Amino acid sequence: MTHHEYDVVIVGAGGAGMRAALESSQRARTAVLTKLYPTRSHTGAAQGGMAAALANVEDDNAEWHVFDTIKGGDYLVDQDAAEILCNEAIDAVLDLEKMGLPFNRTPEGKVDQRRFGGHTRNHGEAAVRRACYSADRTGHMILQTLYQQCIKQEVEFFNEYYVLDLILDQDPQAAAPGEDVSVAGVVALELSTGEIHTFRAKSVIFATGGAGKVFKTTSNAHTLTGDGMGIALNAGLPLEDMEFFQFHPTGLAGLGILLSEAARGEGGILRNSEGERFMERYAPTIKDLAPRDMVARAMANEVREGRGAGPHKDYVLLDLTHLEPAHIDEKLPDITEFARTYLGVEPYTEPVPVYPTAHYAMGGIPTTVQGEVLRNNTDTVKGLYAAGECACVSVHGANRLGTNSLLDINVFGRRAGIAAAEHAVATAEAAAFPDDAAARVEGIVTRLLATVGGSGTERVAEVRKALQETMDRNVQVFRDATSLEEATRVVAELKERYKDVAIHDRGQRFNTDLLEAIELGFLLEIAEVVVAGALARQESRGGHYREDFPTRDDEKFMHHTMAYATGEGVRLDTKPVVVTKYQPMERKY
Amino acid sequence: MTATAESPAVGEVQAMTVTLRILRSKPEGTDEHKPGEQYWQEFQVEAHATDRVLDALHKIKWEQDGSLAFRRSCAHGVCGSDAMRINARNRLACKTLLKDLNPAKPIIVEPIKGLPVEKDLIVDMEPFFASYREIMPFLMTTGSAPARERRQSPEERQRFDDTTKCIMCAACTTSCPVFWTDGQYFGPQAIVGAHRFIFDSRDEGQWDRLEVLNDKAGVWKCRTAFNCTEACPRGIEVTKAISEVKHALTTGEI
Repeated sequence: MTHHEYDVVIVGAGGAGMRAALESSQRARTAVLTKLYPTRSHTGAAQGGMAAALANVEDDNAEWHVFDTIKGGDYLVDQDAAEILCNEAIDAVLDLEKMGLPFNRTPEGKVDQRRFGGHTRNHGEAAVRRACYSADRTGHMILQTLYQQCIKQEVEFFNEYYVLDLILDQDPQAAAPGEDVSVAGVVALELSTGEIHTFRAKSVIFATGGAGKVFKTTSNAHTLTGDGMGIALNAGLPLEDMEFFQFHPTGLAGLGILLSEAARGEGGILRNSEGERFMERYAPTIKDLAPRDMVARAMANEVREGRGAGPHKDYVLLDLTHLEPAHIDEKLPDITEFARTYLGVEPYTEPVPVYPTAHYAMGGIPTTVQGEVLRNNTDTVKGLYAAGECACVSVHGANRLGTNSLLDINVFGRRAGIAAAEHAVATAEAAAFPDDAAARVEGIVTRLLATVGGSGTERVAEVRKALQETMDRNVQVFRDATSLEEATRVVAELKERYKDVAIHDRGQRFNTDLLEAIELGFLLEIAEVVVAGALARQESRGGHYREDFPTRDDEKFMHHTMAYATGEGVRLDTKPVVVTKYQPMERKY
Repeated sequence: MTATAESPAVGEVQAMTVTLRILRSKPEGTDEHKPGEQYWQEFQVEAHATDRVLDALHKIKWEQDGSLAFRRSCAHGVCGSDAMRINARNRLACKTLLKDLNPAKPIIVEPIKGLPVEKDLIVDMEPFFASYREIMPFLMTTGSAPARERRQSPEERQRFDDTTKCIMCAACTTSCPVFWTDGQYFGPQAIVGAHRFIFDSRDEGQWDRLEVLNDKAGVWKCRTAFNCTEACPRGIEVTKAISEVKHALTTGEI
């Protein structure tokens, strides 16, 4: 075991982690611990763009962006946070451009912008060109640019270090309200050696990404297993609004691979088996560019009512055939290649089969607008920060608008990096690091390694598959009490089966079998919280749609969900939504 | 139950049995093999023609032998984790469909060549990333930054578009016969990384970078074998990028 001491430790090297590292490493001694090489992070799979009211191609302003974000989030957005997001968006894009990001350009040489779902001119009048982009690989360019800047700044990376535990100086649930609880550090497994490392730090930032692998059909990477959220939950911290999961309308049918909303921003049209542009019925003003939750529900409804396409009538069609091939090649090269490679479909001449795919967790570790992690509705944990998809500020509310997540990671990654470094500089010494800090992680690793050749009867892959299938069947676009109770029962059963899993690799080095077993533990915990929140929320709002409660109920549910893990299961509490300017209205597009 | 939202299958594809012949090694050794010794092992899996090689590897790992080690993440060709040598050509396992490989014959899967093998299909990527860092892969400018964005015409932006697509999977570098035999050579990816900045109209560090590439470990090692261009899963014209760098060095013009 090796012990390290830093001012700031950042967990995760996607967009939020590296944006934080660029700020933090200028101010304090910083280490970045990452399960993957930084350039493998899933920020690189983001496609369509990053929202900012630059007004480079038409009239736009940050206030319209704030309104769209709040309305898009079905009024569960904390409005003070949305104001920060949209006001700082312009500098966030300009900062990236100055770092070298190769944005597409207007004829005058400015950053070009295009339309995206839910982003409108003057509070919903018409779609507005707000998404700054680089073809359909904007996330790739952001990830590369931030990594390049980290090289320039000689940021210290610990690549393929899998953080498994968060060390606090006391149990955040046992501590009295108002009492100081501080971060002490993290414990990590070095994948290449199997060695356990402890990192003591004055500040820790979690930027560990999403948890899409709780579902079967997902745009998310295999590695997105909710590790950071699970670690926080195990450390006694709450998770906020986890029942709100975004299903992106256009996943490649049967595969879930993402086809950017930019396809519709550039003029693509969704059609049912009758060739009808069905979004005209669901969102008469902005049609195919309605927010994702509405489009995903409309697609699933078309299929349910028998208007799905294909031999099993189980998907709809994304039609790009009216666009010029040269325009497709210039603006949408990657996604059209995905359609060719994985479905053998030529988007120039054939419509592409698509169906909603689990894409983004609106919820996560609750934070303030400075990225400080909350341990209840009001108290922060000193020195602990979170940013990006693993966090919940909450700027996305019940449904995130497309292009607001690449914005989120830059704005709140930066803020968390600055706040964490300033806290570290102002703190004389990190909280005491207990001698037995690594005991829990050692226990998990030893227990799992001991299952090799033992009597365990369950396979990781089988338990995981059963989890993902039950989540797709019961907790997807449409939910009701019956489906959620079924999911509750199955997840509980799988948690029992998980205790009997056996792995097959006895090696210390690159034991990816062990890694997958640990990841499955996090997935099960996250699924339990998602289902518990969904069952309790007896209304429909944003990405959470209850067939037995099909309307929004502001009287009873205009609040965030705060979920805590206890010995007796998930305990749910509520937190007020911050409203500054915009009172809830009916959400029409 | 409201089960209407299950993921659909596009068409029905016949299942078949596929053989994968994998070059393995265990850092700790096995009963039959010394630590680090490479050996071949065959597996049979039920698969569909439209499955990716990555799907077949996952089936082996998840159903037959959990100790099989390989890197992967996004599974659709954008993260660059799973470059491997498949039927003697560097490819991404997640972007190679079984039907494109003649699944009637065993599919040969090996780690990419020229980097130290760690375990099974996992290699040590550090020397590869070290070469990338050497070419100063970041925008270099002088003077104070403008208040708004730096201007760049669509034509100027297009000039270096091809090399911005690189996902650093190392398929090009580890397909290069010069890289296999000459441990000093930066390899094609580092030159692609340099090209992306040298031909960016906003960059002012091009001559510093060209000086690095003019070094004995640099572009002049390239023997234009074109393996790199064939290997690139992003379709980057790697050899062309290298020749543009050579041309800039020869003529002093960018």
